[in-house]
Amino acid sequence: MEKHPAHIDWEKELAKNLNRFPERKEKFTNHGGEEVPRLALPDKIDDAYVENIGFPGQYPYTRGVQPTMYRGRFWTMRQYAGFSTAAESNKRYRYLLEQGTTGLSIAFDLPTQIGYDSDHQMAAGEVGKVGVAIDSLADMEILFDQIPLDKVSTSMTINAPAAILLAMYVAVGEQQGIESSKLKGTIQNDILKEYVARGTYIFPPKPSLRLITDIFKWCTEHTPDFNTISISGYHIREAGSTAVQEVAFTLANGITYVQAALDAGLELDNFAPRLSFFFNASSDILEEVSKFRAARRLWARIMKERFNAQKPSSRMLRFHTQTAGYTLTAQQIDNNIVRVALQALSAVLGGTQSLHTNSRDEALALPTEDSVRTALRTQQVIAHESGVASSVDPLAGSYFIEQLTDRIEAQASELIAKIDKAGGVVPAIEDGFIQRQIENSAYEYQQEIEKGERIIVGVNEFKIEEKTKPSLLRVDPEVEKAQVQSLKELRQRRDNRKVEEALANLSECALSSSNLMPEILAAVKTYATLGEICQVLRKVFGEYRG
Amino acid sequence: MAEQKKTYRVLIGKPGLDGHDRGAKFIARALRDAGFEVVYTGIRRTPEEIAAAAVQEDVSAVGLSLLSGAHMSLFPAVVKALKNSGAGDIPVLGGGVIPDEDIALLKEAGINAVYTPGTPVDKIIGAFRAACETQKSGRN
Repeated sequence: MEKHPAHIDWEKELAKNLNRFPERKEKFTNHGGEEVPRLALPDKIDDAYVENIGFPGQYPYTRGVQPTMYRGRFWTMRQYAGFSTAAESNKRYRYLLEQGTTGLSIAFDLPTQIGYDSDHQMAAGEVGKVGVAIDSLADMEILFDQIPLDKVSTSMTINAPAAILLAMYVAVGEQQGIESSKLKGTIQNDILKEYVARGTYIFPPKPSLRLITDIFKWCTEHTPDFNTISISGYHIREAGSTAVQEVAFTLANGITYVQAALDAGLELDNFAPRLSFFFNASSDILEEVSKFRAARRLWARIMKERFNAQKPSSRMLRFHTQTAGYTLTAQQIDNNIVRVALQALSAVLGGTQSLHTNSRDEALALPTEDSVRTALRTQQVIAHESGVASSVDPLAGSYFIEQLTDRIEAQASELIAKIDKAGGVVPAIEDGFIQRQIENSAYEYQQEIEKGERIIVGVNEFKIEEKTKPSLLRVDPEVEKAQVQSLKELRQRRDNRKVEEALANLSECALSSSNLMPEILAAVKTYATLGEICQVLRKVFGEYRG
Repeated sequence: MAEQKKTYRVLIGKPGLDGHDRGAKFIARALRDAGFEVVYTGIRRTPEEIAAAAVQEDVSAVGLSLLSGAHMSLFPAVVKALKNSGAGDIPVLGGGVIPDEDIALLKEAGINAVYTPGTPVDKIIGAFRAACETQKSGRN
């Protein structure tokens, strides 16, 4: 039988790829010593197969964005962490790197995420609680002390003030003698989902979208290896959406960012390759695997058909995954290790580029070092022992998986069409349409649990009396005082005339239509604080109130 | 849902900066289904804003939800703000990711009851009803 032309193309691509990026091993074998196929294929490859499923590394990317996937390199094992002061978090990052994580992921405290300095009255009680407190470049220097920024990739969960934290990262890199073009990482920078699911907004949608497109533009010139946004379904799912809604709302947000950047005059194929995504891995393994595959295919089609993207990398949906926090239970917490393992497996079977595994104790408090290690070990067991990383997209061709992939794609498309009809994401948020959809799904899910229609092991079935309490990580309330004190000292130590000047320049820039990034970078370098910079922007842009 | 003779009005509040409101919204809706009138403040409110809303809406109980770990300062701050507004008789209930050892301390600080993940919603509805009944009998 003659090979399909697409198959021949793929084999050529593969040969090139193997030349440039050899696989991890010469031979991948199972326990019996039998070789495992790189890519299992159906007997007959027809046009329908090529159009819908195809080959890994080729449009529509249903089977993955690289030709060899984890045979070339495992996903990045990236554990989200950060608490207390920059010095404490720095210790945790260095511990994680020693234990074999391959990327950092910075959790900032809520005041930092919402643009308040640690001494602001709204920050009271929240400093250093859910992440690290960063007030100025001085804190960022401590955060990355002895961590060479050209050797790690760093993901920062920061949205409304993303430009400021990115500028601080670039400034720390400069101090380490590293050019911005060598920096690798991701800023979340996804404001739209904050309005509907996560809550750390500062400015109204319009100026927020300007900040985002300014970042897109600046990064294509200065940090070409940085993912300029991580368009996040994770929090939409955590807020209660279904898998279909997670895909639909995330990709609809993606469409909005692409359109905003086009409207700002950016070239599609310049910025689109640096867009990245972030999804939730929840407990229904087969649904989740299908969801990841469906999202990849749907985004590829949107980029090609709706936006006419030409570069392959503009059509690729690359994504980070985190296991589902909302499924963790405060009861019998060791069961969470099993939940996380199954969820992580679905992410790997779904072709994720990086992964965070939650820790067993996160329904109670921030995770301890021991439970974070177990969470990381879970990924290492999947990578090195489970065998699923030896073959690309091993579930492809399952009737169940392919049907579910098709269904999720179709249903998400329909929902995106509804949002289009409503005038796009921003009007749909302002009208509350998206929030209502998420709320209704959350309510139904919880009612199923309350009525016992959905069994949660250890919560509404298989319960036991638990006496011994696990040890928890606590953030010392003294942290807030110490952080406020060091901020006070910084304000005395720095050249305040330079700070004022930089802030005045920033204000003028915000009023114009010039790119904000250069002025933000200049302000950061004078040790202007995050709160001061955000205050300037609040004055010009106004504030969003949900 | 259980039958209820009297319609009570309650306020569900999210103090501080925490945006996780899945739990707060669920409780608000479940209370509504159980016959309560419910005012939900939305996220990112100060303790003073929550107290002012409680007084203005003339509620019989306040429920607070927090998952950021800031409960030890923010829950008592709401109790204090209520007292300062002359509404110290309004009972305050709390919920969220709250370690067991904090619960006793929160009760000492004037929080009526604290509920953590996995609590059946009927138990929480019952607690609101009991709190509303004591508040009204205390006032009249």
